[in-house]
Amino acid sequence: MDVLMLSRLQFAAATFFHFLFVPLTLGLSVLLAIMETAYVRTGNEEYRRMARFWGKIFLINFAIGIVTGITLEFQFGTNWSRYSEYVGDIFGSLLAIEATVAFFLESTFVAVWALGWNRLSAKAHAITIWLVAIASNVSAIWILIANAWMQNPVGYVIRNGRAELYSFPAVITQPLAWNMIAHTISAAYILAAFFVMGVSAWHLLKKSNISFFKSSFRIAVTFALLFSLVEMVQGDIHAGEIAKYQPAKLAALEALWNTTKSAPEYLLALPDPAKERNSIEIGAIPGLLSFLAYRHFDAEVKGLKAFPRSERPPVTLPFFSFRIMVALGGFFLLTTIIGFIRRNSIEARPGLLKLFLFAIPLPYLACECGWILAEVGRQPWVVYGIMKTSQAVSPISAAQVGISLAAFVLVYAFLGVVAFYLMWDHARKGPQDETALPGSTDEEVGYA
Amino acid sequence: MLETIWFALWGILWAVYFVLDGFDFGIGTLAPFIAKDENDKRAVYNSMGPYWDGNEVWLITAGGVTFAAFPKTYAVMFSSLYSALLLILFCLIFRGVAMEYRFKFSSAKWRKFWDTLLWIGTFGPGLLFGVAFANLFRGILIDKAGVCHGTLFSLLNPYGLMGGILFTLIFTVHGALWIAVKSGGDFGQRAGKLAGKLWFALAAVAVIFLAATFVSTHLYDNYLKSPFLFVIPLAAVGALISIFLFARQAQWLKAWFSSAVFIFTVTLFGVVGMYPNLLISSLDPAFSLTAFNSSSSPLTLKIMLGVALVFVPIVIAYQIWAYRFFGIADGAPEFRPPADAKAVKTA
Ligand code: HDD
Ligand code: HEM
Ligand code: HEM
Repeated sequence: MDVLMLSRLQFAAATFFHFLFVPLTLGLSVLLAIMETAYVRTGNEEYRRMARFWGKIFLINFAIGIVTGITLEFQFGTNWSRYSEYVGDIFGSLLAIEATVAFFLESTFVAVWALGWNRLSAKAHAITIWLVAIASNVSAIWILIANAWMQNPVGYVIRNGRAELYSFPAVITQPLAWNMIAHTISAAYILAAFFVMGVSAWHLLKKSNISFFKSSFRIAVTFALLFSLVEMVQGDIHAGEIAKYQPAKLAALEALWNTTKSAPEYLLALPDPAKERNSIEIGAIPGLLSFLAYRHFDAEVKGLKAFPRSERPPVTLPFFSFRIMVALGGFFLLTTIIGFIRRNSIEARPGLLKLFLFAIPLPYLACECGWILAEVGRQPWVVYGIMKTSQAVSPISAAQVGISLAAFVLVYAFLGVVAFYLMWDHARKGPQDETALPGSTDEEVGYA
Repeated sequence: MLETIWFALWGILWAVYFVLDGFDFGIGTLAPFIAKDENDKRAVYNSMGPYWDGNEVWLITAGGVTFAAFPKTYAVMFSSLYSALLLILFCLIFRGVAMEYRFKFSSAKWRKFWDTLLWIGTFGPGLLFGVAFANLFRGILIDKAGVCHGTLFSLLNPYGLMGGILFTLIFTVHGALWIAVKSGGDFGQRAGKLAGKLWFALAAVAVIFLAATFVSTHLYDNYLKSPFLFVIPLAAVGALISIFLFARQAQWLKAWFSSAVFIFTVTLFGVVGMYPNLLISSLDPAFSLTAFNSSSSPLTLKIMLGVALVFVPIVIAYQIWAYRFFGIADGAPEFRPPADAKAVKTA
């Protein structure tokens, strides 16, 4: 394999892994903040115990988010140096702003929150978790603005042999960025809520700590319902944005080969890229694709053949990722509606509880599918329309990257096992007695 | 002008990073040699627990600022130092998970495993940053196109290695003093005394390194051109001496602050000596990347300056608040001995 392929694999491995932990951080921090606010307002001890119990899991997860994030920050320079040189004027500043405005805040206050249970008033303590929640969400906003700029570069001029910033407001206000932000953050909230519901379901099935897990479930199901709705509506708008800015990606995710008026939406198809057609097409809904993309049943949708072969993205992967993500989005909405209706008697419905327990991994799958769609669908461009991925790679030896890729796979596999084991172990044990005082062996050292 | 301001900020960010994460590196490096029992080990972890991530963000920011202000330097520097940098990153991963997960495992074997990772994860970056910076002072084998013709091994030249040893010693003194500040009792005293002993090695290596710098690099050129700049190395020497004086009187907090000033001025010494170069080519000075030929557009530099002027003071304010919250200003020991240490099973 050449440096390009190895670097792509390494980047994919590193970002995918990072994004296994990011959504739970984004969503659970907000849920924790809600729980602690409830405690401050009602004085009900149970909310405090909830924040402590879910907070432990949050911190175990958070640690991996951090250690994997730092490698991403440096990988643009190590593996994509041509890219960094070409677009650093814009892209680099967004990353630097993210660190300055968000990472500092988050990393400082997460420690104050984790170790401050006995040193701060209830109110001050609740403020610290709000700061953490806000900071982590703000960090997501900046990184997504950066990613959106790669999907749809705006506000730049090509000058001095590189892309230079022309309008900062254009970069940070472009609609695609805010669509990605809404979409990704809602996805994260869905994931966190399903996590809380799933773990709660496990305990309710075992009839342990019923009241504790029932109220956890009720908070999470409301949250999940809200954001599943947002995700549906917003995801549809999002696809419209793609149609506008990245017609080749749209054609790929719909496996549409020929430019068509009144293009149908297929429920299932099997793309055959070699023959430039689909070998199977099932369940055509006439005109639906035209409508989804352009709000008009007769609109013309560009097919893949309208693009030179060298500018077409892979088809199969984006196509199936999109189907899986959307199907899961529907599933989440349905289950949360049922869960919401049954929220007051949820402990008496083992079938439903099992469903929620086994649903824990599904939002993870949906999120990763979303990123496959976004990133693979952008190929062969690294910055859509202005720089190809193959031009972006560093002039370094393949051997170096091969070794580091192997190291990433080994180290990350180990980290993943340890982190998910610890989360599971903690989730399984349920809320512990809060008798541990500062200075006892139970007092944690770091923030986790 | 903007380029020069950003060059200065770039240097300051690295200096602050070394001051802050430096004590983590030092503590972790010393841990196997000074932490005798579970209590000592807990003190080791407690003295870094609340801070390490906040400290690490200074590195992320230093990297981010390199990217934003000097994208070409970011690109060439990080791809040229590929293997060294990835080693540092893996070490930092080990350090982070060891910090956060060690006490989640009760078996002695697992705890030993995390202790080992902590050691690798702190000794490694301290050493490698030293090697990397010494090589930056000296220059690396980059050609006109920004392609590096060296390998990890060409970084391990005598001057580079000496930089590694120097950084390791600086950080261990810094870390030992931090333990002395944070952990009262016998352990803190032992760590403080050790800092006093390591100081002699540090002073010796620092002198040799300064002399070698004269021979192997052009860092002194700027100083000879503008002799008033010699206040920076003089301040470093003053700080080095005051570490010794305060440590002898067991005034740990003051000794630690002296060490902080020392690290800050030593880093600045190197950075000012390099100006305006960010990445020196040892093949031909004409290939070097400078603050002027590798910077971002004026618009980006201006926007970033606005962001930095607003947010960095805020960051500094709440980080100082957090350090005080966890009890540094009064030197109050964060560490309280555990009520019972029986939780450690012998696996
Ligand atoms: C819980 C996770 C989740 C769920 C339920 C959905 N998505 Fe999604 N989707 C993501 C998680 C996600 C993501 C991981 O957050 C992505 C990757 C990049 C991004 O901005 O969001 C994404 C990307 C993404 C993209 C590509 C964006 C791009 O190329 O930049 C489209 C068009 C959609 N989604 C559309 C939908 C639709 C129509 C859904 C209908 C229900 C949907 N998503 C549900
Ligand atoms: C966090 C979730 C993300 C995932 C799962 C993800 C996934 C991927 C994958 C699979 C590729 C390889 C695509 C291919 O070559 O076929 C890729 C490439 C890339 N992505 Fe993303 N990505 C994520 C986020 C981001 C973000 C936030 C950015 C920018 C800030 C980004 C920038 C890039 C770059 C620079 C490449 C390398 C060049 C390329 O292969 O396109 N990615 N990513
Ligand atoms: C390739 C792109 C990315 C880079 C370079 C990156 C960089 C980083 C870094 C350096 C950290 C560690 C911060 C610390 O030490 O405190 C981190 C953590 C985190 N990142 Fe990423 N990240 C990327 C993608 C994403 C995406 C796509 C999201 C969300 C949508 C995200 C959200 C977060 C969150 C919530 C954390 C948790 C810890 C923290 O913020 O401190 N990141 N990331």
